[in-house]
Amino acid sequence: MSLAGFEVEVERTGATGLETEEMTLNMGPQHPSTHGVLRFVVKADGEVMREAIPDVGYLHRSIEKISEKVGYHGFMPYTDRVDYVAAMFCNQGWGMVCEKLAGIEVPKRGEYCRIIAAEFNRIASHLLSVGTMVLDIGAATPFFHAFREREKINDLLEELCGARLTYNYMRIGGVAWDLPPGFVEKATAFLDAFEPLIDEYNDLITYNTIYLGRVADVAVISGAEAINYNLVGPNLRASGVNYDVRRDEPYSVYPELEFDVPVGAGEEGTVGDCFDRYIVRIREMKESCKILRQCFKQMPDGPVIAKVPRKFKPPAGDAYIRVESARGDMGWYCVSDGSEFPYRTKVRTGSFAAMAIIDKVSRGLMIADLVAVIASLDIVAPEVDR
Amino acid sequence: MQEFLDGLIAQGYFAGVPRDVVYAAGMLVFGAIVLLVFILNVAGGTTFVERRVWARIQSRVGPNRVGPQGILQWLVDGIKLVMKEDIVPAAADRPLFLAAPYVVMMGFVSAFVVIPFGSRLIIADMNVGILYLTAITALVVVGILMAGWASNNKWSLIGGIRSAAQIVSYEIPAGLSIFPIVLLTGTLSMQGIIEAQGWQPWRWFVFANPFTFVAFFIFFTAALAEGNRTPFDLPEAESELVAGFVTEYSGVRYLIFFMAEWGNLYVIGAVVTTLFLGGWHIPHVTDSVVLSTVLEFLVFFVKSYFWALVAMWIRATLPRVRVDQLMTICWKYLVPVAFVNVLGTASWMVVFPQGNRVVSFAMFLVGVAIIVQFFRRVFFHLRRARVREHGELVFSPLS
Repeated sequence: MSLAGFEVEVERTGATGLETEEMTLNMGPQHPSTHGVLRFVVKADGEVMREAIPDVGYLHRSIEKISEKVGYHGFMPYTDRVDYVAAMFCNQGWGMVCEKLAGIEVPKRGEYCRIIAAEFNRIASHLLSVGTMVLDIGAATPFFHAFREREKINDLLEELCGARLTYNYMRIGGVAWDLPPGFVEKATAFLDAFEPLIDEYNDLITYNTIYLGRVADVAVISGAEAINYNLVGPNLRASGVNYDVRRDEPYSVYPELEFDVPVGAGEEGTVGDCFDRYIVRIREMKESCKILRQCFKQMPDGPVIAKVPRKFKPPAGDAYIRVESARGDMGWYCVSDGSEFPYRTKVRTGSFAAMAIIDKVSRGLMIADLVAVIASLDIVAPEVDR
Repeated sequence: MQEFLDGLIAQGYFAGVPRDVVYAAGMLVFGAIVLLVFILNVAGGTTFVERRVWARIQSRVGPNRVGPQGILQWLVDGIKLVMKEDIVPAAADRPLFLAAPYVVMMGFVSAFVVIPFGSRLIIADMNVGILYLTAITALVVVGILMAGWASNNKWSLIGGIRSAAQIVSYEIPAGLSIFPIVLLTGTLSMQGIIEAQGWQPWRWFVFANPFTFVAFFIFFTAALAEGNRTPFDLPEAESELVAGFVTEYSGVRYLIFFMAEWGNLYVIGAVVTTLFLGGWHIPHVTDSVVLSTVLEFLVFFVKSYFWALVAMWIRATLPRVRVDQLMTICWKYLVPVAFVNVLGTASWMVVFPQGNRVVSFAMFLVGVAIIVQFFRRVFFHLRRARVREHGELVFSPLS
């Protein structure tokens, strides 16, 4: 039933048949399913896409340049805006790169607070991702159910740091505040309620025949292709490549935690199709719940932030760190010239790489599949442009 | 209708006015009353009901501010849309763009002419009733194509073309599913079809034989597709085509499109009820003409509206099929099965010329079993959800 992987050849003869021509469609930047301000120039032959060329830059705010003007501490709130769906990871990335530059050790409890915040944020981000994906396929109810749970995570994170979207929770050397009283009980109660709900989403939509018809075998990305295009995170793992920064290049306290890395297995079609990318995110939510429970159990007492001078001046040099964000391996590179301001900052994000492969995988698919491809690659516009 | 006007003329009203003019005027007045009192309220009320049903399914609240439980929300929305500017894009094909909503509206409203609300409540009991209905509702596709083309917007155009392909394709299984009923009754008249059934469920045509049972589901599916409802709402697929053929419309023209769409939901239910579910039949309870007419109307309305609710529930549950899958479902599955139904019903009539009451009753029991099994599953899930809710803490932002 699917057209995936087939080049549909249409004869364009003028003599006997009707002459047809390709239509150039402008999808975005204000299209409802482009998740922000993305733009695709689609060349379509009827409903079949010949090419879909992404046009980036509509959400460029020169965040990297801003860091050179506001200093190390002052840049932390700006990192929230790199990827506002999963802001904790950007906070953590900036904190870690500064700590590496200056050689600061984060207290154990501070690391655990970071992981708790980040894993909650990962669940929230994946809920948004799978929710909008099913909404793009046309089912509205699972989207609202996913957002209902996401609201509860937002409530928890609001208790933690006072903000629901742009958290600004972490600091260089640790986190801003310890967990509030009663947080662990509330969070555990949430996890108890949330874990069975994941199965309910699966009952509701994941194995629905129409949904499977729309996502299985669509836009298959092989493992080699995924590596060549530099895909990261769930997109890479969905293609069968078992790689997770948290496990393979451990940072923070991840070595002390036990979790599995879900990998796409092509249960409903080919390895690396839209369904695999979707189901990997669903399973990662379960793993995040597992990590959170361990964190609450193992958390030591103590300070949450190291002593860091208000006038933060790391020695001259450069540092690169990697964080496993909700959208995959997020790289932070910072060059210091010994002054109060970074000399240069560079962020490497997963969505930008995922944008590049869209044109390749969407050739020969239907227009309706493009929204499934965008959603399954979990592209967040601000992360692409920064 | 005609007798009523004849009576008025005989009593000396309209003296000196030609008889045909009186008939025409009477028709217009009656049409306006039906339009304003019934169709407008049904279509508007359906938008409200749909939003509340959706909200319940999606664990939201839904509109509840205007009037008791938000029941007047649709009226306020309508007034808002009427007062908005009616924008015509500069590059649009102006006459076509302006006319398109009215063509859609005409196709939808004309269907009400042959819908039998009761044994006496029908505007015109044509001898080609069901044929007229399928023909006139196909007019909607002309309006949608006009809207899609005249908007001078590629998304609108794709929406319009999708809609044309979809409605033309699904007319075939829908038409083929009407055939068995026409074979059984030997008439195309809506009242004739209803009179051939009875108030007892096992005398409904849906249970007449196994083939009509299947035809019922095919007809309902095809009707959903013709009404652009999920899972076949491709012409206005929001996430793909922005808003499909209504992308460039605003104000009252936008309102008319959506009134036709939601009103159409009731028409689907009414046709299903007429053909398969015994229409307005009620057991004999009273000799009063007025009372029995009211009861018939209520029975018919409840039966039809039930299917509107089913369509809402399907819309809230299912995702959308892709355009090639849409065609696959129609041409590879529904059309062949519908042909089998026609042949099967014809053979059945040869074998059992008087029908087979035992088989009908068995079919009825099968239907009951399906419904019971459905509710058992629903309540199983409800119980499971409730157990979990019990152990869950309620969070508030202020806690």
